[in-house]
Amino acid sequence: MAMSKREPTKLVPVPSTNIIPERDVDKSPILECRHLGIDFGGLTAVNEFNMAIGRTEIAGLIGPNGAGKTTVFNLLTKVYQPTRGTILLDGVDTHSMSTVQVNKAGIARTFQNIRLFSNLSVEDNVKLGLHNHIDYGLWQGLFRLPGYWKGEKVAHDRAMELLSIFDMEDLADAKAGSLPYGAQRRLEIVRALATNPSLLLLDEPAAGMNPSETAELMENIVKIRDTFQIAVLLIEHDMSLVMGICEGICVLNFGQIIAKGTPDEIQANPAVIEAYLGKQKEG
Amino acid sequence: MKKLRNMNPAVRTNFLTYAAVLLAFAILQPMSMAGKLSPTLQGQLVPVCAYVVMALSLNLTVGVLGELSLGHAGFMSVGAFSGAVAASALQNAIPSAWLRLTVAMLIGALFAGMVGTLISVPVLRLNGDYLAIVTLAFGQIIKSIVENLYVGVDGKGLHMSFLQPTVKLGEGGRMILNGPMGIPNISKISTFLAGFVLIMVTLAVIFNLVNSRSGRAIMALRDNRIAAESVGINVTKYKMMAFVISAALAGAAGALFALGQNTIVASKFDFNTSILILVYVVLGGQGKMWGSILAASFLTILPETAMMRDLRDYRMLAYAIVLILVMLATNSPVLKNFFGKLLRGKDEAKKGGVK
Repeated sequence: MAMSKREPTKLVPVPSTNIIPERDVDKSPILECRHLGIDFGGLTAVNEFNMAIGRTEIAGLIGPNGAGKTTVFNLLTKVYQPTRGTILLDGVDTHSMSTVQVNKAGIARTFQNIRLFSNLSVEDNVKLGLHNHIDYGLWQGLFRLPGYWKGEKVAHDRAMELLSIFDMEDLADAKAGSLPYGAQRRLEIVRALATNPSLLLLDEPAAGMNPSETAELMENIVKIRDTFQIAVLLIEHDMSLVMGICEGICVLNFGQIIAKGTPDEIQANPAVIEAYLGKQKEG
Repeated sequence: MKKLRNMNPAVRTNFLTYAAVLLAFAILQPMSMAGKLSPTLQGQLVPVCAYVVMALSLNLTVGVLGELSLGHAGFMSVGAFSGAVAASALQNAIPSAWLRLTVAMLIGALFAGMVGTLISVPVLRLNGDYLAIVTLAFGQIIKSIVENLYVGVDGKGLHMSFLQPTVKLGEGGRMILNGPMGIPNISKISTFLAGFVLIMVTLAVIFNLVNSRSGRAIMALRDNRIAAESVGINVTKYKMMAFVISAALAGAAGALFALGQNTIVASKFDFNTSILILVYVVLGGQGKMWGSILAASFLTILPETAMMRDLRDYRMLAYAIVLILVMLATNSPVLKNFFGKLLRGKDEAKKGGVK
């Protein structure tokens, strides 16, 4: 596959040995949250959220419903402005950035309830992800100047290349809203990838997928990380996926981090078992 | 024909739309030249073109951007008056009628575009109903401003006054715009050919926009604003772009319309006209340009025909009823499914129904 590769990072070898807790993170993590928190009125949704993610790490964010996982995503992408704390993306404070600027700086995401441009074609959805990487303006588009044809050609080729990750090239002309559920989830990932992120946030990517689709998704997430050399942070309730591919896991409960560590450590952690995983039934 | 069938459906629709407009022109123009058209129809040729462009440009805001605008006649008004004033003031400077018309339409588009830019600053912070209400108010403001504007021309150039009809003019000066009296004695320089060209230009602008990077961004805002922001699309920029282009096209249509009339007054471009244009867009189908063209043509000509003339007073009533029926029909799943099957064949209709 002729995927244009990001410069391989020398900082962290692949597969990453880094896991979420600060103790093991390379000197320069791609994302670092310090004392992050947000209040909605009197309600503290997230508090003292400290986390760092290595440059090519697959990290998981788990916890019971309402723990604040999606809120963390919304804080990272600036859908909400944090009440407290700092977010450092590749060492840069995202304090005054908007959602659009954060995306340009390198964070792309998918949504828990799928948000595709459902009246547009699959290809156009991906091209919208490429929006800031196609360089021709309004006038070139209106008058069909050479820049338009060149830009559209590059965008088309790139979109097809990205769609080929999930073998979706044949669906390029289909309307995004008419795709089956699983394909919509995959398209959202492709669209996010098209923005050329250094950190990909996946909000329940396996929701609604059957076990074989989930297995395929797991392979693809690893493949994406290896090909694009990016970090992935995912929220997921499917423990086979989380424990299968995440190198570091962070557990949230009532807006607080209750545990961080490798999958094995998390599975053995009594606080996590109590709050989220549950005990194995005896007998 | 085979080539036509293999085309991308969107491209094919665009192509057929161009072809249909060209065909209509090719049939009507010789008939009009030979005087074979009835006087009513002959008189309606230019207004029909103007209203078609109005409907197309509003469809850009409503169908492509997905925001309801209730003040579109305001932009038409700005274009009509600026265009007509320019044409009148330039009467001696530019003797060639078609060149004067072109300049007038460009000036109309420019002024309407500028007003559109001004309006879009406060308006585009709003969404949905609130945006609609503000555009409605804007239409009224434009009407009031034009009703109180007095413009005259003399050897030194244009002179303007607001609220009071005391424009001091030099030797040989004359008034052009007389406040609520509007502009009388317009030299009718609009032609059917100019109207046809404007429709084609409008179609080209809209189709080229929609199939480009900017147009995709505009449609992304319509489909899902939050997702659009998440992939780095500047919401304000693209909303404004759609709004201003729509306004400028309406301005050009306004100038075309004005220069085909004997007299224009500000009250012509009121709330009713805005609604009328919205009716064209909704009847023709949001986002469907060929629909807008058909709806605008029929609904402009129909009330003028001898058969319908007696019922003219009930026009708005009829439109309202038709609008309600269309809304009911397009939102009924049963009918949608029925038409879906009819248009796309059974398989696809089923696919659409599953979701």
